[in-house]
Amino acid sequence: MVQNIIDVRNLSKSFDISSKEPGLKGTIKHFFKRQTKSLKVIKDISFEIKEGEIVGFLGANGAGKTTILKMLCGLIYPSEGSILVSGYLPFRRKENFLKNITLIMGQKQQLIWDLPPIESFYLNASIYDLDKFEAKKRIKKLSEMLEIDEELFIPVRKLSLGQRMKSELLAALIHEPNILFLDEPTLGLDINAQRNLRKFLQKYNKETNATICLTSHYMKDITSLCKRVICVHEGAISYDGKLDLLLKKLSPVKEILIVCRSEEDAIKLENSGFTVKNKIKNEITIKIENNSFTSSLKTILNNFDILDLFINEPPIDEVIGKVLIKKDYDI
Amino acid sequence: MNLRKYPTVYKKFLHTSLASELEYKTNILIDLITAILSLVGSIFLLSIFFQNNGSIGGWKFEQALIIQAIYTILNGITNTWFNPNLTEIVKHIREGTLDFVLLKPIDSQFFISLKKINPSGFLEIMLGFLLLFFCIKINQINLNLSFLTLSFITISCSICILYSLWFFISTTTIWFVKTWNAIEVLRSFLYVGRFPLNSFSFSLRIFFSVFIPIAFITTIPSEVFLGLSVLWKILLEVIVATVFLITSRKFWLFALKFYSSASS
Repeated sequence: MVQNIIDVRNLSKSFDISSKEPGLKGTIKHFFKRQTKSLKVIKDISFEIKEGEIVGFLGANGAGKTTILKMLCGLIYPSEGSILVSGYLPFRRKENFLKNITLIMGQKQQLIWDLPPIESFYLNASIYDLDKFEAKKRIKKLSEMLEIDEELFIPVRKLSLGQRMKSELLAALIHEPNILFLDEPTLGLDINAQRNLRKFLQKYNKETNATICLTSHYMKDITSLCKRVICVHEGAISYDGKLDLLLKKLSPVKEILIVCRSEEDAIKLENSGFTVKNKIKNEITIKIENNSFTSSLKTILNNFDILDLFINEPPIDEVIGKVLIKKDYDI
Repeated sequence: MNLRKYPTVYKKFLHTSLASELEYKTNILIDLITAILSLVGSIFLLSIFFQNNGSIGGWKFEQALIIQAIYTILNGITNTWFNPNLTEIVKHIREGTLDFVLLKPIDSQFFISLKKINPSGFLEIMLGFLLLFFCIKINQINLNLSFLTLSFITISCSICILYSLWFFISTTTIWFVKTWNAIEVLRSFLYVGRFPLNSFSFSLRIFFSVFIPIAFITTIPSEVFLGLSVLWKILLEVIVATVFLITSRKFWLFALKFYSSASS
């Protein structure tokens, strides 16, 4: 049986936030008497993650995804509740716990700016207690997986964003962690670089059985990597479960554009009981529910003279967008 | 905690920061020229003070030069280690890159205090030692084991006090975010350390001994060099340095509980 590697119970986090009124008067008032209020950014959340799982955290900006990730890796103290990661209390940041995890942030970098990435790798290797031989072996293996070679010897400041991100990944994975926390790792990358990074993460997960917790605003990252998603809305979990179930729930129908041989065939189809969205001459668009999709399609192909057909799925961004603004998804 | 890796990690720190600095040759050259000019300027200023008076606060020019030498060594240490690392704490906290430091299996205070070095500060340290040897010669100081031990202890304590003060101020960034001004105030107080404590009025002497212990940083080691030191002063400096070091460490660990990381 696969064990839980992350166990979160009734976790909450509050921050003291100060607010300022606009204008000079507001600025002076803010300088002398700061109005602060306690804001609960994470509200009583509970979940478990199994070893080897890839879980996507979805939510609008400010929903609390990054705060959850930072509490999981021990950067932020929780206000209430408990967290166990790999059997450790993360905020104690014990050496063995830190050797098991890594955090990669798409918008922040740890590589030494003026030196080639290889120097940062060897520095990290010494921090993680790896000897030179072992470090060299791991750098070689990871650079092959990431398909980087010459870039290792070029100063970081001269690398492209994609090359830099690959190097950041290598620096963060040199100690072969079991748990990866990725906060928008594909931010700002072009389509090819995003695809390569996803490919690498899939491969890394498959080869090492590492657990991956990922936040991303690029839906492609989530759909191609995560079977399970946790949706966060205003600090609370609005959905925790399989991604395909969520998608089915959110978009229960598919649209099919059917090109009939003649307009008469299109009229016949229009009157056959399907939900019609629109009809233009011999082209007709109908809506079919997901649960009867195969049987309905079979009926259409058997009973009507069809030239061509196109299945239109609603864009994933549009579907997921619904999650970001809704409080609860009971599936 | 595995302490054996720390020398290896520090060697890597030295290597990477030297390599980073050597990327900018002109900058190093300018820093070297600045260090030489700054020392020449300080000695010139000191000589003006002593032009009409044979002594100030009971200190002759040759004796006051020892304070200048110790100040130059300490300033060199400041520029080599404290300035590049401790000012970086503010940046780490503002930009949230402290996250990477805290998630490494290494002591965070060790990492942020020693990761970088500024090689041009080495020249200042060397110049300070040259001046110190010159002062030993002109003041006809007898070099023996007890003298060397006491000088080593007092200078080490001075470094600890200076580091702790600076680290303490930098740590407050976790709450106040911007503390550049406080560090600048500390640096300007350090300039006071170039002059003998006795040359200040009584109230200022109390201020620089109790509130900002600049007096401990340069005057007590200088008194050791001149054979003017008394045991209780040296013991007091050791106690002050230990208290400062422990307090700054505890304060850092306490402050980290309030670290909220920068938003992404």
